[in-house]
Amino acid sequence: MKKTKSESVFQVFDVILMFLLSLIFLVPFLTVLSSSFVGEAEISRRGSFILIPEVFDLSGYKVLLGSNSIIYHAYMITLFVTVVGTFLNLLFTSTLAYGLSKRDMPFRNAITIIVFITMLVSGGLIPSFLLVKYIGLYNNVWALIVPGLISVWNMILLRNFFMQIPESLEESAILDGATPIQILIKIIIPLSVPAIATIGLFYAVAHWNDWYDAFIYITDSQKLPVQNIMRNIVIGASIADLGNEGMSDSVKPPTETIKSAVIIISTLPILCVYPFIQKYFVKGIMVGSVKG
Amino acid sequence: MEVSPVDVKVARNLNTNKNIWNTAKKFKLYYLLILPGFIYFLIFKYIPLFGVIVAFKDISPFQGIKDILTGPWVGLKHFRTFFESYYFWQILGNTLLISLYKFIFSFPAPIILALLMNEISNVKYKKVVQTVSYLPHFISLVVVAGLLTNILSTRGGLLNVIIGLFGAEPIFFLGESQYFRGVLVVSDIWKTVGWGTIIYLAAITGIDPGLYESAKIDGAGRFKQTLHITLPGIASIISIMAIMRMGTILDAGFQQVLTLYSPAVYDVADIIDTYVYRSGIEKMQYSFSTAVGLFKSVIALILVLLSNILAKKMGQEGIW
Repeated sequence: MKKTKSESVFQVFDVILMFLLSLIFLVPFLTVLSSSFVGEAEISRRGSFILIPEVFDLSGYKVLLGSNSIIYHAYMITLFVTVVGTFLNLLFTSTLAYGLSKRDMPFRNAITIIVFITMLVSGGLIPSFLLVKYIGLYNNVWALIVPGLISVWNMILLRNFFMQIPESLEESAILDGATPIQILIKIIIPLSVPAIATIGLFYAVAHWNDWYDAFIYITDSQKLPVQNIMRNIVIGASIADLGNEGMSDSVKPPTETIKSAVIIISTLPILCVYPFIQKYFVKGIMVGSVKG
Repeated sequence: MEVSPVDVKVARNLNTNKNIWNTAKKFKLYYLLILPGFIYFLIFKYIPLFGVIVAFKDISPFQGIKDILTGPWVGLKHFRTFFESYYFWQILGNTLLISLYKFIFSFPAPIILALLMNEISNVKYKKVVQTVSYLPHFISLVVVAGLLTNILSTRGGLLNVIIGLFGAEPIFFLGESQYFRGVLVVSDIWKTVGWGTIIYLAAITGIDPGLYESAKIDGAGRFKQTLHITLPGIASIISIMAIMRMGTILDAGFQQVLTLYSPAVYDVADIIDTYVYRSGIEKMQYSFSTAVGLFKSVIALILVLLSNILAKKMGQEGIW
């Protein structure tokens, strides 16, 4: 079937429209990138939007990446929370998911319902906050890991995956006297690498991007992850806290240059990896939408 | 104590009470495996759930767990204070309005984008556009706020420069009540539209290709095919998404508002969640803010249950 003329016109229009739309997704990053290289003097002089600066001013990056900058420390916190947090997420999620994948286990439904209900009802912000405070996690990096140890949604995805593994694969191991934890480690997990990797990515990206838990639970600026340091600089908190006392302007409020540079520094890693991990996320929500 | 497949089959047939415990015994190592996760839910989900009793007491920041358990009850005092306060109608109104605006504008956006993407015949080009459109999904809301402050800056921000070309004065979009909700809705579309297309594109892929074939034979063009085959083909997924969204109408976007609002725009931006945050965490009125949060949770639960029943009535699976 040949395309009619109006359909060809539409095809061209659609291609151009999608191109413009893609630009809209990218432009904010490009404008921030260019303003991170524009010095205060040039902004004052030209007083307008500058796409390509006349002089590439690196002062923003120099302040942020100075030898004592809090950025390094914040990155260590983010890395710690992402790596250790994701590992613990996977450990707790997979053990619970494996146990609940056993169809014949008595009380399996009751336990599943108890877990599932927490998706529908929650105590809300303040009771959770008070709990974290009373158990001594307030202002502690572990408050960014422990309260969110298991996502019910991820647990159910993984449980459904485990349930698809034929029980016959476990039978010989059971007869050999293997314990459930041995079967989980030696048989189930090796068979579930794609599913576990996908869920691990869900957790890892969530940890990397999380700012809210630190916003609620952490007040000490020495314990804040990158996202929160970025936020504090962008909303104009003093950059005296950056630890760069040698810089004469470190007590002034941050300039547009520094604000833009910190956005770039904190966003660059995720911008670089997302094209490679997005397909696993797409698969994950496709599995999720098919109810098990 | 191993569980052999034979044991399991026997257990299936014997369903008396005594045998449940016998079977349970055989599964004891599996229960051990479940235990850490189960304890996590008891501590971090169920204790806060019972912690809502704070809303019916007078708990000050200087009191401990003991006071929460033994302190005197004050009944519905905090709820009454909230319902009678000036803020009640303001934050309820803001929450519903922001949700409604997002429903009107953010909800159809991915459907339209999916239909437009679907028409692109060059597969590679389509993939690139899709990948680019997913980008905002992977960045945090604080980054979005940072990008917005840059682009909306009154000092050389791109948007103000563009409206300057038309002779307008720079506008402080984030600080003026008449523009703030618009910024919320537009940035919400920007962040969610690309990712939202996935479910609709998948539904479009699931439509029987034979339908298009016969439509072509009947002489229907691409536009008519979209109107009479694609749209009806994804109508059920659209309606279930709409119903599910109605269940979360009290979630106007807590984190998004929290990263963008300021006292200058509280009159249009303050929603239930941000109000709970400020009165609870900042002002430490634990009992009062728990009451406000509980009010929201109860209504939200009713809405979610209703929307799920509605979805099931329409022949959909619902979320459980």
